[in-house]
Amino acid sequence: MNAAVLFVHEQLTAKKDFPKFKAGDNVTVNYKIVEGGKERIQSFRGDVVKIQGTGSTATFTVRKISDGVGVERLFPFFSPNIDGIQLNKVGKVRRAKLYYLRERSGKSARIKEKRVK
Amino acid sequence: MKGIIGKKIGMTSIFSPDGKQTACTIIEAGPNVVTQVKSQDTDGYTALQLAFGDKKEKHATKGDINHFSKAQTAPKQFVKEFRDYSLDKNLGETVTVDIFTEGEKVDVVGTSKGKGFQGVVKRHGFSGVGEQSHGQHDRQRAPGSIGGSSYPSRVFKGMRMAGRMGNDRVKIKGLKVVKIFPEKNYILISGSIPGHNGSIVLIQK
Repeated sequence: MNAAVLFVHEQLTAKKDFPKFKAGDNVTVNYKIVEGGKERIQSFRGDVVKIQGTGSTATFTVRKISDGVGVERLFPFFSPNIDGIQLNKVGKVRRAKLYYLRERSGKSARIKEKRVK
Repeated sequence: MKGIIGKKIGMTSIFSPDGKQTACTIIEAGPNVVTQVKSQDTDGYTALQLAFGDKKEKHATKGDINHFSKAQTAPKQFVKEFRDYSLDKNLGETVTVDIFTEGEKVDVVGTSKGKGFQGVVKRHGFSGVGEQSHGQHDRQRAPGSIGGSSYPSRVFKGMRMAGRMGNDRVKIKGLKVVKIFPEKNYILISGSIPGHNGSIVLIQK
Protein backbone atom coordinates (compact mmCIF):
# COMPACT_ATOMS: atom_id res chain seq x y z
CA MET A 1 0.00 0.00 0.00
CA ASN A 2 1.03 3.59 -0.55
CA ALA A 3 3.24 4.99 2.21
CA ALA A 4 0.99 8.04 2.55
CA VAL A 5 -2.12 5.91 3.03
CA LEU A 6 -0.26 3.86 5.65
CA PHE A 7 0.74 7.04 7.47
CA VAL A 8 -2.86 8.25 7.56
CA HIS A 9 -4.03 4.85 8.81
CA GLU A 10 -1.44 4.93 11.56
CA GLN A 11 -2.63 8.34 12.70
CA LEU A 12 -6.29 7.37 12.68
CA THR A 13 -6.27 3.92 14.23
CA ALA A 14 -6.32 3.75 17.98
CA LYS A 15 -4.56 0.75 19.47
CA LYS A 16 -7.08 -1.90 20.47
CA ASP A 17 -6.23 -5.01 22.47
CA PHE A 18 -8.29 -7.65 20.74
CA PRO A 19 -7.25 -11.31 20.85
CA LYS A 20 -5.65 -12.52 17.64
CA PHE A 21 -8.06 -14.66 15.66
CA LYS A 22 -8.45 -15.95 12.14
CA ALA A 23 -11.01 -17.61 9.90
CA GLY A 24 -12.62 -20.64 11.50
CA ASP A 25 -12.37 -19.33 15.05
CA ASN A 26 -15.45 -18.90 17.21
CA VAL A 27 -15.71 -15.36 18.62
CA THR A 28 -18.14 -13.21 20.56
CA VAL A 29 -18.29 -9.60 19.42
CA ASN A 30 -19.72 -7.09 21.86
CA TYR A 31 -20.90 -4.02 20.01
CA LYS A 32 -22.72 -0.88 21.02
CA ILE A 33 -26.14 -0.09 19.65
CA VAL A 34 -28.29 2.98 20.20
CA GLU A 35 -31.85 2.11 21.05
CA GLY A 36 -34.33 4.91 21.74
CA GLY A 37 -31.57 7.37 22.56
CA LYS A 38 -29.94 4.94 24.98
CA GLU A 39 -26.76 3.04 24.31
CA ARG A 40 -26.40 -0.61 25.24
CA ILE A 41 -24.13 -3.50 24.37
CA GLN A 42 -25.26 -6.46 22.30
CA SER A 43 -23.23 -9.56 21.57
CA PHE A 44 -22.92 -11.59 18.41
CA ARG A 45 -21.40 -15.05 18.68
CA GLY A 46 -20.39 -17.10 15.68
CA ASP A 47 -17.63 -18.40 13.44
CA VAL A 48 -15.29 -16.04 11.63
CA VAL A 49 -15.85 -16.59 7.90
CA LYS A 50 -13.21 -14.21 6.65
CA ILE A 51 -10.84 -11.38 7.53
CA GLN A 52 -10.32 -8.89 4.75
CA GLY A 53 -8.67 -5.55 4.08
CA THR A 54 -5.62 -3.86 5.55
CA GLY A 55 -4.94 -0.98 7.89
CA SER A 56 -7.79 0.98 9.39
CA THR A 57 -10.33 -0.29 6.86
CA ALA A 58 -9.90 -4.00 7.67
CA THR A 59 -13.08 -5.92 8.47
CA PHE A 60 -14.08 -9.42 9.54
CA THR A 61 -17.29 -11.38 8.94
CA VAL A 62 -18.95 -13.52 11.61
CA ARG A 63 -21.56 -16.18 10.74
CA LYS A 64 -24.02 -17.78 13.10
CA ILE A 65 -27.18 -19.85 12.78
CA SER A 66 -30.10 -18.01 14.34
CA ASP A 67 -33.41 -19.92 14.53
CA GLY A 68 -32.28 -22.14 11.68
CA VAL A 69 -31.39 -19.21 9.46
CA GLY A 70 -27.80 -18.34 8.68
CA VAL A 71 -26.89 -14.76 9.66
CA GLU A 72 -23.66 -13.04 8.70
CA ARG A 73 -22.47 -9.76 10.12
CA LEU A 74 -19.52 -7.68 9.02
CA PHE A 75 -17.54 -5.71 11.60
CA PRO A 76 -14.82 -3.13 10.88
CA PHE A 77 -11.88 -3.80 13.24
CA PHE A 78 -11.48 -0.12 14.12
CA SER A 79 -15.14 0.82 14.47
CA PRO A 80 -15.67 2.78 17.67
CA ASN A 81 -18.87 0.77 18.13
CA ILE A 82 -16.99 -2.44 18.91
CA ASP A 83 -16.67 -2.78 22.66
CA GLY A 84 -14.71 -6.01 22.78
CA ILE A 85 -14.05 -9.36 21.17
CA GLN A 86 -13.70 -12.69 22.99
CA LEU A 87 -12.07 -15.72 21.43
CA ASN A 88 -14.09 -18.81 22.40
CA LYS A 89 -12.68 -21.59 20.24
CA VAL A 90 -9.80 -21.94 17.82
CA GLY A 91 -10.95 -23.75 14.69
CA LYS A 92 -9.03 -26.15 12.47
CA VAL A 93 -9.62 -25.07 8.86
CA ARG A 94 -7.66 -25.25 5.62
CA ARG A 95 -8.94 -22.06 4.03
CA ALA A 96 -8.75 -18.33 4.74
CA LYS A 97 -12.29 -17.67 3.42
CA LEU A 98 -14.92 -20.15 4.58
CA TYR A 99 -17.56 -19.42 1.96
CA TYR A 100 -18.33 -23.15 1.73
CA LEU A 101 -20.16 -22.87 5.07
CA ARG A 102 -22.97 -21.01 3.29
CA GLU A 103 -23.97 -24.10 1.32
CA ARG A 104 -23.88 -26.35 4.36
CA SER A 105 -26.12 -26.80 7.35
CA GLY A 106 -26.31 -28.95 10.44
CA LYS A 107 -23.54 -31.46 11.08
CA SER A 108 -21.52 -30.73 7.95
CA ALA A 109 -21.34 -27.04 8.82
CA ARG A 110 -19.37 -27.69 11.98
CA ILE A 111 -15.75 -26.62 12.34
CA LYS A 112 -13.29 -28.93 14.12
CA GLU A 113 -11.68 -27.44 17.18
CA LYS A 114 -7.91 -27.15 17.28
CA ARG A 115 -6.61 -28.66 20.52
CA VAL A 116 -3.50 -27.02 21.88
CA LYS A 117 -1.29 -29.73 23.44
CA MET B 1 -10.90 32.90 -3.41
CA LYS B 2 -8.20 30.77 -1.87
CA GLY B 3 -6.71 27.60 -3.20
CA ILE B 4 -3.82 25.17 -3.32
CA ILE B 5 -2.35 22.74 -5.85
CA GLY B 6 -1.99 19.12 -4.72
CA LYS B 7 -1.55 15.54 -5.79
CA LYS B 8 -4.18 12.83 -5.35
CA ILE B 9 -2.72 9.99 -3.28
CA GLY B 10 -5.54 7.49 -2.78
CA MET B 11 -8.65 6.75 -0.81
CA THR B 12 -9.41 5.46 2.66
CA SER B 13 -12.19 5.81 5.20
CA ILE B 14 -12.47 7.44 8.57
CA PHE B 15 -14.74 6.77 11.57
CA SER B 16 -16.62 9.46 13.41
CA PRO B 17 -16.92 9.06 17.21
CA ASP B 18 -20.48 7.74 16.83
CA GLY B 19 -19.31 4.97 14.51
CA LYS B 20 -20.25 6.37 11.12
CA GLN B 21 -17.73 5.57 8.40
CA THR B 22 -16.94 8.23 5.78
CA ALA B 23 -15.05 7.51 2.58
CA CYS B 24 -12.39 10.13 1.94
CA THR B 25 -9.57 10.95 -0.44
CA ILE B 26 -6.02 11.72 0.67
CA ILE B 27 -4.41 14.65 -1.15
CA GLU B 28 -0.82 15.78 -0.73
CA ALA B 29 -1.48 19.51 -0.93
CA GLY B 30 1.46 21.81 -1.26
CA PRO B 31 3.65 23.35 -0.17
CA ASN B 32 3.11 25.76 -3.06
CA VAL B 33 5.39 28.68 -3.88
CA VAL B 34 4.07 32.03 -5.01
CA THR B 35 5.90 32.59 -8.29
CA GLN B 36 4.10 35.69 -9.51
CA VAL B 37 1.79 38.32 -8.06
CA LYS B 38 -0.46 40.01 -10.58
CA SER B 39 -1.97 43.35 -9.66
CA GLN B 40 -4.56 45.74 -11.04
CA ASP B 41 -1.92 48.30 -12.04
CA THR B 42 0.43 46.07 -14.01
CA ASP B 43 -1.84 43.32 -15.34
CA GLY B 44 -5.38 44.69 -15.18
CA TYR B 45 -6.53 42.09 -12.67
CA THR B 46 -5.35 40.62 -9.39
CA ALA B 47 -4.16 37.04 -9.20
CA LEU B 48 -1.61 34.80 -7.55
CA GLN B 49 0.48 32.30 -9.47
CA LEU B 50 1.27 29.18 -7.45
CA ALA B 51 3.72 26.41 -8.35
CA PHE B 52 3.91 22.84 -7.08
CA GLY B 53 6.23 19.87 -7.45
CA ASP B 54 9.94 20.01 -8.23
CA LYS B 55 11.25 19.65 -11.75
CA LYS B 56 14.68 18.32 -12.59
CA GLU B 57 17.15 21.05 -13.47
CA LYS B 58 18.03 19.38 -16.80
CA HIS B 59 14.36 19.39 -17.85
CA ALA B 60 13.89 23.08 -17.11
CA THR B 61 14.09 25.56 -19.96
CA LYS B 62 16.00 28.82 -19.62
CA GLY B 63 12.67 30.58 -19.39
CA ASP B 64 11.66 28.34 -16.50
CA ILE B 65 14.88 28.95 -14.60
CA ASN B 66 14.60 32.70 -15.09
CA HIS B 67 10.95 32.84 -14.07
CA PHE B 68 11.34 30.69 -10.95
CA SER B 69 14.57 32.39 -9.89
CA LYS B 70 12.57 35.59 -9.41
CA ALA B 71 10.77 33.81 -6.59
CA GLN B 72 14.09 32.28 -5.47
CA THR B 73 12.93 28.70 -5.94
CA ALA B 74 13.84 25.66 -8.01
CA PRO B 75 11.95 25.06 -11.29
CA LYS B 76 8.50 23.60 -10.63
CA GLN B 77 6.39 21.07 -12.49
CA PHE B 78 2.95 22.58 -12.30
CA VAL B 79 1.97 26.27 -12.32
CA LYS B 80 -1.53 27.62 -11.84
CA GLU B 81 -3.00 31.07 -11.45
CA PHE B 82 -5.69 31.76 -8.85
CA ARG B 83 -7.67 34.95 -9.48
CA ASP B 84 -8.54 37.35 -6.65
CA TYR B 85 -6.68 35.41 -3.95
CA SER B 86 -8.15 36.33 -0.58
CA LEU B 87 -4.95 35.83 1.44
CA ASP B 88 -2.11 38.33 1.29
CA LYS B 89 0.96 36.59 -0.10
CA ASN B 90 4.17 38.01 -1.50
CA LEU B 91 6.49 36.69 -4.18
CA GLY B 92 8.43 33.64 -2.97
CA GLU B 93 6.22 32.89 0.02
CA THR B 94 4.76 29.41 0.49
CA VAL B 95 1.12 28.37 0.69
CA THR B 96 0.45 25.27 2.81
CA VAL B 97 -2.59 23.25 3.86
CA ASP B 98 -2.96 25.56 6.87
CA ILE B 99 -5.13 27.85 4.73
CA PHE B 100 -7.96 25.34 5.22
CA THR B 101 -9.61 24.26 8.44
CA GLU B 102 -11.30 20.98 9.31
CA GLY B 103 -15.00 20.99 8.52
CA GLU B 104 -14.70 23.60 5.77
CA LYS B 105 -16.51 23.11 2.44
CA VAL B 106 -14.21 23.22 -0.60
CA ASP B 107 -14.34 22.63 -4.35
CA VAL B 108 -11.91 20.18 -5.95
CA VAL B 109 -10.86 20.43 -9.60
CA GLY B 110 -9.20 17.53 -11.39
CA THR B 111 -8.88 15.78 -14.72
CA SER B 112 -11.18 12.78 -14.93
CA LYS B 113 -9.91 9.34 -15.92
CA GLY B 114 -9.84 8.80 -19.69
CA LYS B 115 -12.34 6.19 -20.84
CA GLY B 116 -11.37 6.07 -24.54
CA PHE B 117 -13.86 5.94 -27.40
CA GLN B 118 -17.23 5.12 -25.87
CA GLY B 119 -20.73 4.58 -27.22
CA VAL B 120 -23.77 6.67 -26.38
CA VAL B 121 -25.02 4.32 -23.65
CA LYS B 122 -21.93 4.83 -21.47
CA ARG B 123 -21.11 8.35 -22.64
CA HIS B 124 -24.53 10.02 -22.54
CA GLY B 125 -26.70 7.58 -20.61
CA PHE B 126 -28.87 6.57 -23.57
CA SER B 127 -30.87 3.41 -23.00
CA GLY B 128 -30.23 1.90 -26.41
CA VAL B 129 -32.73 0.96 -29.08
CA GLY B 130 -34.68 -2.23 -29.36
CA GLU B 131 -35.43 -5.32 -27.40
CA GLN B 132 -33.78 -8.67 -27.06
CA SER B 133 -36.60 -10.58 -28.72
CA HIS B 134 -39.27 -10.01 -31.42
CA GLY B 135 -36.80 -10.62 -34.22
CA GLN B 136 -34.46 -7.75 -33.29
CA HIS B 137 -30.74 -7.99 -32.95
CA ASP B 138 -27.60 -5.78 -32.93
CA ARG B 139 -29.56 -2.69 -31.80
CA GLN B 140 -29.28 -2.86 -28.03
CA ARG B 141 -26.65 -0.15 -27.58
CA ALA B 142 -27.49 1.83 -30.75
CA PRO B 143 -28.05 5.62 -30.60
CA GLY B 144 -31.28 5.64 -32.67
CA SER B 145 -32.18 8.47 -35.04
CA ILE B 146 -29.87 11.52 -35.15
CA GLY B 147 -32.37 13.77 -36.96
CA GLY B 148 -34.53 14.33 -40.04
CA SER B 149 -33.70 13.48 -43.64
CA SER B 150 -34.27 15.97 -46.49
CA TYR B 151 -34.95 18.67 -43.98
CA PRO B 152 -32.59 19.83 -42.48
CA SER B 153 -30.22 17.61 -44.52
CA ARG B 154 -27.58 17.91 -41.85
CA VAL B 155 -26.91 16.84 -38.28
CA PHE B 156 -27.43 19.56 -35.68
CA LYS B 157 -24.42 20.80 -33.77
CA GLY B 158 -24.01 19.32 -30.32
CA MET B 159 -25.85 16.09 -31.22
CA ARG B 160 -24.89 13.58 -28.58
CA MET B 161 -22.99 10.76 -30.27
CA ALA B 162 -20.23 8.26 -29.56
CA GLY B 163 -16.72 9.58 -29.04
CA ARG B 164 -13.88 10.17 -26.63
CA MET B 165 -15.00 10.13 -23.03
CA GLY B 166 -13.26 11.26 -19.86
CA ASN B 167 -9.95 13.13 -19.56
CA ASP B 168 -11.97 16.32 -18.98
CA ARG B 169 -11.56 19.04 -16.38
CA VAL B 170 -14.14 18.27 -13.68
CA LYS B 171 -15.03 20.32 -10.63
CA ILE B 172 -16.72 18.73 -7.64
CA LYS B 173 -18.36 21.31 -5.41
CA GLY B 174 -19.03 21.38 -1.70
CA LEU B 175 -16.77 18.61 -0.42
CA LYS B 176 -15.95 18.64 3.28
CA VAL B 177 -12.42 18.84 4.67
CA VAL B 178 -12.38 15.88 7.07
CA LYS B 179 -8.85 16.04 8.47
CA ILE B 180 -5.55 17.87 7.96
CA PHE B 181 -2.04 16.65 8.74
CA PRO B 182 0.03 19.86 8.44
CA GLU B 183 3.37 18.15 9.21
CA LYS B 184 3.00 15.89 6.13
CA ASN B 185 0.95 18.33 4.00
CA TYR B 186 -1.88 15.80 3.76
CA ILE B 187 -5.51 16.79 3.57
CA LEU B 188 -8.44 14.37 3.75
CA ILE B 189 -11.53 15.31 1.77
CA SER B 190 -14.85 13.52 2.00
CA GLY B 191 -15.92 11.43 -0.96
CA SER B 192 -14.16 10.75 -4.23
CA ILE B 193 -12.47 13.27 -6.52
CA PRO B 194 -11.81 13.13 -10.27
CA GLY B 195 -8.67 11.59 -11.72
CA HIS B 196 -6.32 8.73 -11.04
CA ASN B 197 -3.88 8.46 -8.14
CA GLY B 198 -0.91 10.77 -8.62
CA SER B 199 -2.82 13.29 -10.73
CA ILE B 200 -2.72 17.02 -10.08
CA VAL B 201 -5.79 18.49 -8.36
CA LEU B 202 -6.75 21.98 -7.24
CA ILE B 203 -8.46 22.53 -3.91
CA GLN B 204 -10.19 25.89 -3.81
CA LYS B 205 -12.82 27.85 -2.02
